Amino acid sequence: MKKRKLICIVCPRGCEIDVTMSDHGEITGIEGNSCKRGETYARAECTHPVRILTTTVRCEDGRLLPVRSSCGIPKERLFDCMEELRSVTAAAGAMIGDTVVRNILGTGADIVVSGNAGA
Amino acid sequence: MMTREYDFAVIGGGVIGGLIARELSRFEVTTVILERSMDVSMGASKANSGIVHAGFDAERGTLKARMNVRGSELMETVASELGVGYRRNGSVVTAFSDKEREHLLRLAERGARNGVKDISVIDGDRLREFEPNLSPEIKYALYAPTGAIISPYGLCIAAVGNAMDNGCDLMRGFEVTAVERSGEWFTVTSSTGEAIRCRAVINAAGINSDIVASMASPARFRILPRKGEYLLCDKELGGMVGCTVFGCPTEKGKGVLVTPTVDGNLLLGPTAEDVQDRDDVATCADGLSYVERSALRQLPRLPRGKVITSFAGLRAKADGGDFIIEWSERGFLNVAGIDSPGLSSAPAIAETVVDMIGNSGFRLDRKRNFDPFRKPLDWFSRLSDEEKSEVIRERPEYGHIVCRCEKISEGEIRDAIRRDPRPHDTDGIKRRTRSGMGRCQGGFCLPRVAEILSEETGIPFLEITKASGGSYINKSRTKGD
Amino acid sequence: MRRFECRLVIVGGGPAGMSAAVAAYEAGERDILILEREHTLGGILTQCIHNGFGLHRFGEELTGPEYAYRYEKSVKELGIKYYTDCTVTGISSDRTVSAVSAEEGMFKIQAGAVIVATGCRERPRGALNIPGTRPSGVYTAGTAQKFVNIKGYMPGKEIVILGSGDIGLIMARRMTLEGATVRAVLEIMPYSSGLARNIEQCLNDYGIPLYLSHTVSEIHGKERIEGVSVVRVDENRRPVPGGEMYIPCDTLLLSCGLIPENELASGGLAMCDVTTGGCIVDQDRESSAEGIFFCGNVLHVHDLVDYVSEEAAIAGRAAAAFARGDKRGDVNISVHFDKNIRYCVPQKITSLKDTDIYFRVKDVHRGATVCVNVGGRVVSEQKKIRLAPGEMETVHITERMLAENTGDITVSVIPSGV
Repeated sequence: MKKRKLICIVCPRGCEIDVTMSDHGEITGIEGNSCKRGETYARAECTHPVRILTTTVRCEDGRLLPVRSSCGIPKERLFDCMEELRSVTAAAGAMIGDTVVRNILGTGADIVVSGNAGA
Repeated sequence: MMTREYDFAVIGGGVIGGLIARELSRFEVTTVILERSMDVSMGASKANSGIVHAGFDAERGTLKARMNVRGSELMETVASELGVGYRRNGSVVTAFSDKEREHLLRLAERGARNGVKDISVIDGDRLREFEPNLSPEIKYALYAPTGAIISPYGLCIAAVGNAMDNGCDLMRGFEVTAVERSGEWFTVTSSTGEAIRCRAVINAAGINSDIVASMASPARFRILPRKGEYLLCDKELGGMVGCTVFGCPTEKGKGVLVTPTVDGNLLLGPTAEDVQDRDDVATCADGLSYVERSALRQLPRLPRGKVITSFAGLRAKADGGDFIIEWSERGFLNVAGIDSPGLSSAPAIAETVVDMIGNSGFRLDRKRNFDPFRKPLDWFSRLSDEEKSEVIRERPEYGHIVCRCEKISEGEIRDAIRRDPRPHDTDGIKRRTRSGMGRCQGGFCLPRVAEILSEETGIPFLEITKASGGSYINKSRTKGD
Repeated sequence: MRRFECRLVIVGGGPAGMSAAVAAYEAGERDILILEREHTLGGILTQCIHNGFGLHRFGEELTGPEYAYRYEKSVKELGIKYYTDCTVTGISSDRTVSAVSAEEGMFKIQAGAVIVATGCRERPRGALNIPGTRPSGVYTAGTAQKFVNIKGYMPGKEIVILGSGDIGLIMARRMTLEGATVRAVLEIMPYSSGLARNIEQCLNDYGIPLYLSHTVSEIHGKERIEGVSVVRVDENRRPVPGGEMYIPCDTLLLSCGLIPENELASGGLAMCDVTTGGCIVDQDRESSAEGIFFCGNVLHVHDLVDYVSEEAAIAGRAAAAFARGDKRGDVNISVHFDKNIRYCVPQKITSLKDTDIYFRVKDVHRGATVCVNVGGRVVSEQKKIRLAPGEMETVHITERMLAENTGDITVSVIPSGV
């Protein structure tokens, strides 16, 4: 049996979650979370941890646009996605909500414009 | 390339060099200021107390005593011509004991002998009538109503600027490495191999004036750098004292003072530490806490946590103690060892230097179109609301505030960048406009100021620096362009 | 010089100002003008491109610009007027607002009510009094955030961060993703001032070390910063021997606390609270200057923008009522607190209605009871698993509690086992 302590990142509360796993890596117990989302997080964190990626992309019209991933990206792919986004340019006039990259590097996450400001 | 020729080369673009150059620009002569940094006012002139001393400190008969009293008389006119913030706020020296009172009496006597006007010793209660925040422990005070405050770098920048407006040249990044005489001419060479020729050299090189002096002939003096650390407090505390408040002097100098600045802050300092390194202007924890403790003794109700910045300066003290204003040989004039009361004395030193030059056989004919006036750096903020609106209508950038703490507009920043001596870095803009000098210390406005500087000068944004050299603000772009 | 009248002037178009405007509009006020100093609405959120906002307010996790956009959209759809690139230079007690912009020049507005929502600023190096040289490369975390996220420039590549405030933690991750190396995050206190989740996802995810009870004792480097001396400190923040380190770096970011940007009030307009750095207000967020309201981070620094919006909506509704000339409350109840609490907002109650009191504790408590006492009687007790200075807490006061008991309110924190 293995025990793992996690800090939940789903909301600002930051619950301390104790996860118990069998020797085969099966989750047998989750304690300390205060909501259902915490449990989902703990489960994901112990099997395939993902993170929302937020960064910027250059726009053809010269603006620097904030972007986000539409869902979690596997942790180990974050730097690959950053590298990929280095050479991506958003179409001129791109606005909040527009998709810049679909299914980035096959992760299932789209890269979406998250704001209109920028220099 | 032809080596440029001048009548006079002033080595050092500090307040002394700047005011000397300005005095020379009254005459039909050509002058160049050779400054080792990329901006003027980069030595002691940018980091001192900003006090125009009344003149009771120096021993009678010294150059310091004579220059201080005369400088203090001249300063008001100089400041007004150059548009520099100046205020005759008076100064006091406090005594916490009867023993210290004796010292005050000696200072009062010396002051009277030096020609300081209206000086008197008053008791603590009388003092607290006009300085209610000063310690109840203070028993007596020496009061000198002629003491004043001024922006030291403001004075230096304006003096150099006015000299330039009247035809003087400024060469920056010109660190003098050699001064050679051949006949009636000197050749002055810089570390980068640049050279100029001139008929006379005025050595106002501050902390390095002994080194420069020895380039011409063996120097008869040595500069002993003395570091002073300061704390600058928020404008919220600017009204805690009206006068400049000195403690009783110690062997190391006038001690820690507490003073309002012309810009409305409260300044505490300096320490006095003899150092070897002539570039070392780092502050240290002990120094800063000593300044705070000393200030608290005078002002027990000084709130904590209101410091907005700390800094240190090096005073160019000469081993002989007094100012040195003398020809070391024909055509080479040392103006050295100008530590406190150097700022107060600066206009008198400049006047004296020009007299000495005139008396030594150089022909000085008055320039007919010399203009002693310079538009103040803060001319816009001196306007009424109606007048400001007029300016904004013509030039909308004056309606766009960039520095929110000091309320400095884009127009004022652009204006400062276009005027001589032009700033090349963000610190230079700060000293000219106060943008970034407020309580957020540039946290909000720095990115925009750097952008404006880049637009105005054509320096690429990535090459914009805080204080020239390698002091880059940014390292790279996030996304390759 | 132009002068005009407006029923409600809101100073600041960030999350507080926009939320106040929308709430005032919903309360029936139509003559509203927002004055924003930047080129766009949104305030500091426009540079906070990370996610983590809005869970409380919108039930979903948004990035800063997305959160701001929701309000910006409402403001525009409702047709609420706003000036951008417009700086307010003063407010007088008769509610004359002085401002300047390139379009208008200097101008004055006679306002029916004023809401100040100017946000906060970061503590700079000077305020921390860090000794050493004064090279480039020393920035507050927010300045670095602006360079990276808005301007697209990297201030440096080898980073040390002083202070574990949330912006510092967020920037540790941001700079790492952009290719920098964050060598250390130093925190002078024995606990982090940032949210636990940010320690986890911004530092632990990237193996960035957090040194608690450590601080920078000296800055080195003549032109660009070259490194910092670091010391370990005791509980009184005094250096202890044996913990010295030298960390080479080309950038030092400061994330050492936020201060309300309360200049418009601190010049004598309204009474201030020395602890919060903001004004003293009642349950409506009205200050001692009649008809002048404060909300958001200019009043006290919040941990979440969601609470900023919530507080601003209270001020928005109340300011609209004031501008209408509605009858006002006539009680005068002070809010007191015990030694475990650093501050409470609001500091007074002038009208009997349901009110949330926000407060922050001085120390970390694992297990404590938050107790509210009105006129000597305990009216509520709430058990808390964990209380920390970095997290804002609330207690709910009902109109009934106040109606049934006479006297001041006292909030106390009783640690478990005491």
